[in-house]
Amino acid sequence: MIGRHLIEPRDFSVEELEEIFQLAEKIIEAPEVYVDVCKGKLLATLFYEPSTRTRFSFEAAMLRLGGSIIGFDDPNASSAAKGETLSDTIRTICAYADAIVMRHPREGSAKLASESSNRPLINAGDGGHQHPTQTLTDLLTIRQEKGRLENLTIGVCGDLKFGRTIHSLIRAMDRYAGIRFIFISPDELQLPSYVKDEITHASFEETKNLEDAMGELDILYMSRVQRERFVSEEEYLRLKDIYILDTDKMEKAKPDAMILHPLPRVNEISIEVDQDPRAKYFEQAHYGMIVRMALLMKVLGVKEND
Amino acid sequence: MINVSKLKKGLVIDHIAAGSGYRIFRQLKLDELSDVVILMRNVPSQKMGKKDVIKIENHINLDLEVLGLIDPHATINVIDNGNRTKKIRLALPKRVEGILKCKNPRCITQYEKVQAPVFYLAKEEEKTYRCSYCDSPTQFEGGE
Repeated sequence: MIGRHLIEPRDFSVEELEEIFQLAEKIIEAPEVYVDVCKGKLLATLFYEPSTRTRFSFEAAMLRLGGSIIGFDDPNASSAAKGETLSDTIRTICAYADAIVMRHPREGSAKLASESSNRPLINAGDGGHQHPTQTLTDLLTIRQEKGRLENLTIGVCGDLKFGRTIHSLIRAMDRYAGIRFIFISPDELQLPSYVKDEITHASFEETKNLEDAMGELDILYMSRVQRERFVSEEEYLRLKDIYILDTDKMEKAKPDAMILHPLPRVNEISIEVDQDPRAKYFEQAHYGMIVRMALLMKVLGVKEND
Repeated sequence: MINVSKLKKGLVIDHIAAGSGYRIFRQLKLDELSDVVILMRNVPSQKMGKKDVIKIENHINLDLEVLGLIDPHATINVIDNGNRTKKIRLALPKRVEGILKCKNPRCITQYEKVQAPVFYLAKEEEKTYRCSYCDSPTQFEGGE
């Protein structure tokens, strides 16, 4: 995987992802082995729109591997404000850094940037399009917490229409055997047909009722209804709290069920659910950093110390 | 009935859907050729009722991508010494470069200059193409 770009989750095969997850597992078991494997390597983090969570996750990952970071999180402070093209910026950064992480508000920007990059470029979100390291995070969390990525019933709840994270997760999980999805959403926020059309291996059903589905789920993936996706404020207010996962609903869940959420959450998971051992969304954030450590090692081609 | 004599050497773009001939003429920039070019419209056809036909008195390199996009059912006959030496059937191209433009207002190609954006065929029956950058669908509408 040395030198490879990651623009969308399916850029890596299931086997390559498994390699990343195996390395992630070794990092979890013995993080001390990896504290300076990236010594002397420099990661550039180019954030054309702010995203504290994703940027910290990448920067923490690189620093925990002993590498260094340069970057910006305010495009007004970058050369883009002077009118430099994206491809010129990338070419210049390639002269300094060993790998690039980029978040940009425009869809397809990561692909365009990668065409000018002779260093591995990792997409940290390109508008509403793709956010592959979130998907890697979700997959690693499922793999570590459930012990497998096959034969799972996965409930996906909330805004299935606009949720980029959800679309990526569905596409990624469809590549594993024995997956059954239950899509839980109001009519207005149903999964778009172009995403359903791409489901080739998994089976799926759709419902409006979270409570009824609870007992069947191995995993419940909750998501936030995003205000910025709505044209009408009234519509947003009507739909935003349509699903709230609380302790009553958790009573109906399987004893070994697992609750995930890409965070940040608003009201869709009550805070008392945080105490439930089945709530794994904060562990998920930890796995996010670990999987980025493994990914950076793979694309930089660094080996663990003997 | 207007008679147009047979070509000795050149290309005949036949079976063009009636009405599309002029669009093909413009898209292929046939007005810029110094060769003899004939555009026939509404020619009676047994198969099609009416069809358009273009004859070019020379062997030129045609952009088959553009032709396939505008009219995938058209055919091209290559003529030498008054005989057809080759027949080319067109199809919707699986990949087009530099012809389509993404319509997604949030796509990076609206903001950064991309020399020849690439699109992939998504749905054949609707002539829908997918932007290789943002994946948004774009339909080919003939273009100007």
